[in-house]
Amino acid sequence: MSVVFSRTKGLTEAETHYCPGCTHGIAHRLVGEALEELDLLGNTIGCSAVGCSILSYNYINVDMIECLHGRAPAVATGIKRVRPDSIVFTYQGDGDLASIGTAEIVHAAHRGENITVVFVNNAIYGMTGGQMAPTTLAGQKVTTAPAGRNPVINGMPLKVSEMLAQIPGAAYVERVSLHSPKEIRKAKRAIKKGLTCQVEKRGFSLIEVLSTCPTGWGLSPVDAVAWLEANMVPYYPLGVLKAPEGGKNV
Amino acid sequence: MTMTLMKGNEALALAAIRGGCTHFFGYPITPQNEIPEFLARELPKIGGVFIQAESEIGAVNMLYGAAAVGCRVMTSSSSPGLALMQEGISLLAAAEMPCVIVNVMRGGPGIGGIQPSQADYFQMTRGGGNGDYRVPALAPATVQESVSMMVQAFEMADCYRTPVFIVSDGMLGQMMEPVEFDNIELKEPPEKEWKLTGHGNVRKPKTIKTLMLDPARLEARNFELQEKFQKIAAAECSWEEYLIDDAVLVFTAYGSTARIARNAVDQLREEGFAAGLIRPRTLWPFPDKPFQQLASRCQTVLCVEMSCGQMVDDVRLAVNGKLPVAFYGRCGGMIPSPEELVAKAKNIMKGGRQ
Repeated sequence: MSVVFSRTKGLTEAETHYCPGCTHGIAHRLVGEALEELDLLGNTIGCSAVGCSILSYNYINVDMIECLHGRAPAVATGIKRVRPDSIVFTYQGDGDLASIGTAEIVHAAHRGENITVVFVNNAIYGMTGGQMAPTTLAGQKVTTAPAGRNPVINGMPLKVSEMLAQIPGAAYVERVSLHSPKEIRKAKRAIKKGLTCQVEKRGFSLIEVLSTCPTGWGLSPVDAVAWLEANMVPYYPLGVLKAPEGGKNV
Repeated sequence: MTMTLMKGNEALALAAIRGGCTHFFGYPITPQNEIPEFLARELPKIGGVFIQAESEIGAVNMLYGAAAVGCRVMTSSSSPGLALMQEGISLLAAAEMPCVIVNVMRGGPGIGGIQPSQADYFQMTRGGGNGDYRVPALAPATVQESVSMMVQAFEMADCYRTPVFIVSDGMLGQMMEPVEFDNIELKEPPEKEWKLTGHGNVRKPKTIKTLMLDPARLEARNFELQEKFQKIAAAECSWEEYLIDDAVLVFTAYGSTARIARNAVDQLREEGFAAGLIRPRTLWPFPDKPFQQLASRCQTVLCVEMSCGQMVDDVRLAVNGKLPVAFYGRCGGMIPSPEELVAKAKNIMKGGRQ
């Protein structure tokens, strides 16, 4: 009998704390597999961010540093500028990256920091219990917009990847989703592409990963996946927003 | 010995390089801009890196990342900029990341002004960040001392695994004085076995973190940090005494204000008044000892600051009720003159010649 699937060396054996049906586990695995397949595990330093994924250092098998809310791209900058040959990534949620950390992410891209950002967008604050994020969809019910996000009061959801793709220093920006095995395979290819971009010193790379939060959304894991596909994908279209060729050579 | 005429800020910057600093992250703010400008020019020449951050928040978090991978790193700012960094400073102290942070103080509160001030004593010794932590704070009074303290700050940072403050002010940062760099002898920096390097597929991954959800573990961690702070407090208190043995009135002041107080002491002595001066060189740990050991002849301690009275709290704690502690302060960028201090001292001594 041949082995067709096994745990990547990119993950530790720790059991994750994530809720049932949460796609952080899949996203972690993709990061671990991508790093393993590119033979980068030993030379990588990861930056975990405040939110559900702050404990990602317990699961991803690389040296990691925990960052203050929103500040992971600045921390990654400090690391990368001392160790330009290390592979440095941040793993940030949408509350962290798209709200409190907008200055840091914009300016990391602006400087063309040669780092890779895995941006997990589940349209809600998960860890604090389901509050509105800048990415929460119009009409989506959350604890701090109980009648649903009202664009008149709260604005329309922020499309961070489109914004960052406009910045000259951003070499590669792609949005992917985890709602089906096919899309998961594409997501992994994108993460590998982002890391390869960094190995080739092309500049800033960001992969936005549309994800589920069944607990925050009040849906079963299966319904959450369907909701993501039906509601998030139309507003946050998948695909490459900035191709690596356009990046600057660092 | 070669003496060079240098601005306090530039001397700090050059001393940082002599102290082994290879990386600087900072954001422009008056009156400290000569430091980043000097380092933007000079660091690349030695293979170092200068990055202008998007904000002081960005800068202090870059400092955290660079310290975590083991290099000698610093930032500099001025009062409101330091306020923005406080969250990061609490993190640096909690994660025990060695680095140096310079504050060239200006008048506050709020946006305040750009003239010299010492109104950040609380910010530098009590912190504005969350949680129980302490940061050693060195307060130079001359350009030459700015140089020696900068080198000392990097060594302390590595020795104790802590951020260290240099507490300067707009007057000291902008003044020019002859200074020499010949006597700098660097100790071998300690091995930083905790730093992140990538595990190289030969060891378990390392993590730098401060989140502790278990209250018992977080309490134990706090006690561990407190033990270190006590060790620093026991070993690192530093001060200068001037003519205090027979003094009836003892001034106390730090930084550039201490120089003005020293002039006032000299004027008072010429007129036959027995005045002296205690100048704290470390603000945290605060040097209690010289105050506790004041001779019984001393009748008053007069604390002078360019603030509305901040260090005076620590002076009162040190004196602990044994002596009256008076205060004289100017603020908002106004600088006290020796004559003002002489008048205040005479008023306190009520003309009593000793």
